Amino acid sequence: MALGSRHLLGLENVSAGDISLLLDTAESLVEVSRREVKKLPTLRGKTVVNLFVENSTRTRTSFEIAAKRLSADAINISTSSSSMAKGETLEDTARNLAAMAPDCIVVRHPASGAARFLAGVVDCSIINAGDGSHEHPTQALLDLLTIRQRMNTATGTGGKDWKDLVVTIVGDILHSRVARSNLYGLKTLGATVRLCGPPTLLPEEFRSFGAELFYDVGEAVRGADVIMMLRIQTERQSGHFFPSLNEYARYYCLTAEVVAKASPDVIILHPGPINRGIEISSEVADGPYSVIMSQVANGVALRMALLYQLIVPGADGMRGSEVSQNPLTVAQTPPPADEIEVATRPVAARAG
Amino acid sequence: MAVEVLDEAGVRRALTRIAHEVVERNGGGAGVRFVGIHTNGVPLARRIAEAVARIEGIEAPPQVGAIDITLYRDDGGRLGATARLEPTDIPFDLTDRKVVLVDDVLYTGRTIRAALDALIDFGRPALVQLAVLVDRGHRELPIRADYVGKNVPTSRSQKVRVELSEFGLADAVRIEEAANGTR
Repeated sequence: MALGSRHLLGLENVSAGDISLLLDTAESLVEVSRREVKKLPTLRGKTVVNLFVENSTRTRTSFEIAAKRLSADAINISTSSSSMAKGETLEDTARNLAAMAPDCIVVRHPASGAARFLAGVVDCSIINAGDGSHEHPTQALLDLLTIRQRMNTATGTGGKDWKDLVVTIVGDILHSRVARSNLYGLKTLGATVRLCGPPTLLPEEFRSFGAELFYDVGEAVRGADVIMMLRIQTERQSGHFFPSLNEYARYYCLTAEVVAKASPDVIILHPGPINRGIEISSEVADGPYSVIMSQVANGVALRMALLYQLIVPGADGMRGSEVSQNPLTVAQTPPPADEIEVATRPVAARAG
Repeated sequence: MAVEVLDEAGVRRALTRIAHEVVERNGGGAGVRFVGIHTNGVPLARRIAEAVARIEGIEAPPQVGAIDITLYRDDGGRLGATARLEPTDIPFDLTDRKVVLVDDVLYTGRTIRAALDALIDFGRPALVQLAVLVDRGHRELPIRADYVGKNVPTSRSQKVRVELSEFGLADAVRIEEAANGTR
């Protein structure tokens, strides 16, 4: 069992098996944050660089805490305090960082495709922590973990299967990397995905992802098991996609009245930061259906699981598929088959 | 070729004797807490705790926790992420408690070293004792068991296979000749 790639650049090509492996691993790590000593020695001596070329509180802190709880050294670099402010290109910054031999670079960047670009430039694991309007895979994975916990789909005891799940994503679909990653992940797992927003922010092309499109929020949430609200990203609203925030709020704000149309045990997610009164009312954000705080808590466990699965070796035979042009990764020979056979958990437990 | 060293009755007797020894050494068993090491240590810990309850005539068996030591191993590079994590669940405070750590096979001692590290992260027990179903020798660290179901002399090339009814198999301990002689 190992991930199919040494990078996480997006959920577009991640298999259902890899998603489940990450969610299962994260589930086992949730407990660590409840311990008195919140630290595991697993990644001792490993280095994780958080390269954030775009602002972030939640994601950067979450990655930093995740790395530290696994005993990795976490180094944070943000644009304003780095040489990028002096005009250094992303590629040069990344090459210089890579020369210091980190085990993983977590990158957030305003340009779509920045993470994939870096994966071809440097020789360490790359995690996409949000690239432009493209993908934000760790946010989607922690959303999937939160949904799975609440719907109890993992154990199947009275819970729903992904195939029976209706998820409505509301807001600025056009600019949202969270929506794209969730769409890929949810479709891979087999859920029904409805997208809702003003027509200017919800292009027809999204039908080709296998999603249903709605322009009326009341219709979109009817009978939904999960409502995922997106932040109106004022920093990406260069054009005039809707007349005013007030008007957007009047038609698309998630209020208690709208929530009442969804399934009685609906859960409401929001990737944060929330704009109270614009995309979600305070009453709903702080209400009983909201799982926003569980999302944040799950974010640490999910990122611990991801760092663990990407950095800890032992599955070299599976690696290198993402950047096969890189001679350093291709040169690694997979372990002989009998060694893989020995390295399964039950045998290991007995052998120790 | 597999040689059976303990059958169903043998496993039962060994665990019952361990339970008696735990009660005797600790002046009663009610205050003792058991922590099993995933995978086989967990059901073994439950069985010993239930036996202690029977011996002592108490209704509820002493509490049992479970730990996964994958993330504490010193050979993470070799086994690493190929191992699926099991949930660690210690539903009680260890501080100032007598704790009996339970595993199926004691071999190099490295698993126990990792388990002790994990245990200490949950609190400071008054003392930790070690119970194993089988001690097969070949220690690589200064670790010994307080309670041993059966001492089984083995060579390093052999494998000790423990099967338990909790996982759908008849209770048994067998020694197998490893095909490739690695472990």
